[in-house]
Amino acid sequence: MSAVLEVLNLKKAFSGLTVTDDVSLSMTPGDRVALIGPNGAGKTTFVNLVTGNLRPDSGEVRLNGEAVTKIDAIGRVRRGLVRSFQVTRLFQEMTPAEHIALAILQRDGRAGKMFGNFLSMPDVMDEASALLAKLGLHDLMHRKVSEIAYGQQRLLEIAMALALKPKVLLLDEPAAGVPQSDTGRIEQALADLPSDLAVLMIEHDMDLVFRFAKRVIVLAAGTIIFDGSPADVTKDAAVREAYLGSYANASHAV
Amino acid sequence: MNNEPSATNTRQTRTIGRDLIGIGAIIIVAVVGYLLFPDNLALLTRIIAIALLVLSLDLVTGYCGIATLGHAALFGSGAYAAGIAAAHYGITSPLLMTLAGILGGALAGLICGVIILRAHGLPQLVLSISLIYLFHEFANKASSWTGGSDGLSGISPDPLFGRFEFDLWGQTAYVFGVVLLLAVFVLLRFLVRSPFGMLCRGIKEDPLRIMAMGASPKIALIKMYVISGAVAGVGGALNAISTQVVGLDSLSFTQSAEALVMLVLGGTGSLFGALMGTVVFMLFEDYVSAANPFHWLTMVGVLLIAVVLFAPKGLYGTAAGFIASRLEKHI
Ligand SMILES: Nc1ncnc2c1ncn2[C@@H]1O[C@H](COP(=O)(O)OP(=O)(O)O)[C@@H](O)[C@H]1O
Ligand SMILES: [Mg+2]
Repeated sequence: MSAVLEVLNLKKAFSGLTVTDDVSLSMTPGDRVALIGPNGAGKTTFVNLVTGNLRPDSGEVRLNGEAVTKIDAIGRVRRGLVRSFQVTRLFQEMTPAEHIALAILQRDGRAGKMFGNFLSMPDVMDEASALLAKLGLHDLMHRKVSEIAYGQQRLLEIAMALALKPKVLLLDEPAAGVPQSDTGRIEQALADLPSDLAVLMIEHDMDLVFRFAKRVIVLAAGTIIFDGSPADVTKDAAVREAYLGSYANASHAV
Repeated sequence: MNNEPSATNTRQTRTIGRDLIGIGAIIIVAVVGYLLFPDNLALLTRIIAIALLVLSLDLVTGYCGIATLGHAALFGSGAYAAGIAAAHYGITSPLLMTLAGILGGALAGLICGVIILRAHGLPQLVLSISLIYLFHEFANKASSWTGGSDGLSGISPDPLFGRFEFDLWGQTAYVFGVVLLLAVFVLLRFLVRSPFGMLCRGIKEDPLRIMAMGASPKIALIKMYVISGAVAGVGGALNAISTQVVGLDSLSFTQSAEALVMLVLGGTGSLFGALMGTVVFMLFEDYVSAANPFHWLTMVGVLLIAVVLFAPKGLYGTAAGFIASRLEKHI
């Protein structure tokens, strides 16, 4: 199958410190990739380079064969590359229904409409309710986001990304900050992602990684030190070394 | 899932109810004003014109989070456009003059928007202040068009629909103003809850998040600035039609700053707040300046400090919050 996302020799340095060092990877529809690595390895930076939130020093990003390196973040979203954020970024004053409706309307090029209310647009409401119901947020759809629990906000963050009907989804630590008791719902949501969607997930929770991913990429000090099956990753000497090296300052262990 | 359509319906009924209450409230206040101050309709008409300016400011500041101390540039441009159309081009139909005001305001909104939106925070505020001074100075220098510091005179609007004269009593101007305000209010109620209005509220909270959804905050904000200019332009035109002169003060920093004060007084991010802030501020100012010509500014200052300290959401925002919490207790 042809690649939906290709990253070629991406490099980025912040004031002399190389944070992304010659990273290449390729993903096809239906991929389930986990990107792991010690804190500060450059995972979030890598996502920002792919989405266009950061500009690489060199290298190329291609979506469906089209070079998008010079296209801004908005243009990449419109081409089907969608991300979620490590720290939830939701509109505190708005309801889950409004979040999802806005995403649906934006996807369909209707977010600039100056008349009408999404509450009276049956197609938008039906799609929004169905999506929220799937993630167990249906009963909260008309509450303000500031009034709902953090685990539910994480789910809404995923729902928003899904409402944009992406081809490639980059999830930055979708379960971060969620109490252990609530991660089940998020794991279910991840398992239910559309089967033709290419997903790259950054995650520290290794149980989640092993259940979700069919391929694991390990990033350390800005380079890929492992790219292979979940079964092999724990046996890899370089991976152990990278994590052992970071035990001193990492707040988590693998 | 079964009860969801009804939940959605109640929400819609509630907003439509609030629209009708709003329209009713404007009409009642307008009638009461007419009965209380039949000899001072000029003041009431001016309140309406300024209310349109404050509504316009609320669109960009309250709904989109843009800091500006130069919003009278939009209002004054509308006033001059309507005045120049009448005084220099013989376009004296009040409806066409209003249209000229809308176009002038929208154009000024486009110019200001494109410039102000290049910056954020304090630099944005400074840009807005520079713009209002530039607009002011431009109008001052272009005196063959604007009358400079003498003001633009020679504006004599035709009778409305060929029947109702804009006379000294000011009844026509007042009724015309009330109708314009109602029309703008209804259109803006549609606007703020449309998909576009929702997009703007999102931009106010987190523009980066909006970009991650594939929408451009910049384009949306410039559109809102143009709309805001059209609304301010209606107010400017109304002022030109009713007073039959346009002065440089309509294009001033003072007017811009006062508009912001009125908005904060009433409460940002709500059309009712903008209206309430204008009415309270202007009536209070009129009353205390007549009652105590020496200390009225002090009293206005004290009123503002009291509101900002004790009702930080503004008069309307605080009152609405109080009533909502009361209702919740009873249910
Ligand atoms: N905007 C930035 N400016 C300077 N340094 C940065 C910036 N963003 C990230 N870094 C640095 O790059 C390294 C990688 O950060 P990050 O990509 O957030 O790592 P991860 O997500 O793997 O924990 C860190 O050392 C961080 O301090
Ligand atoms: Mg990170």
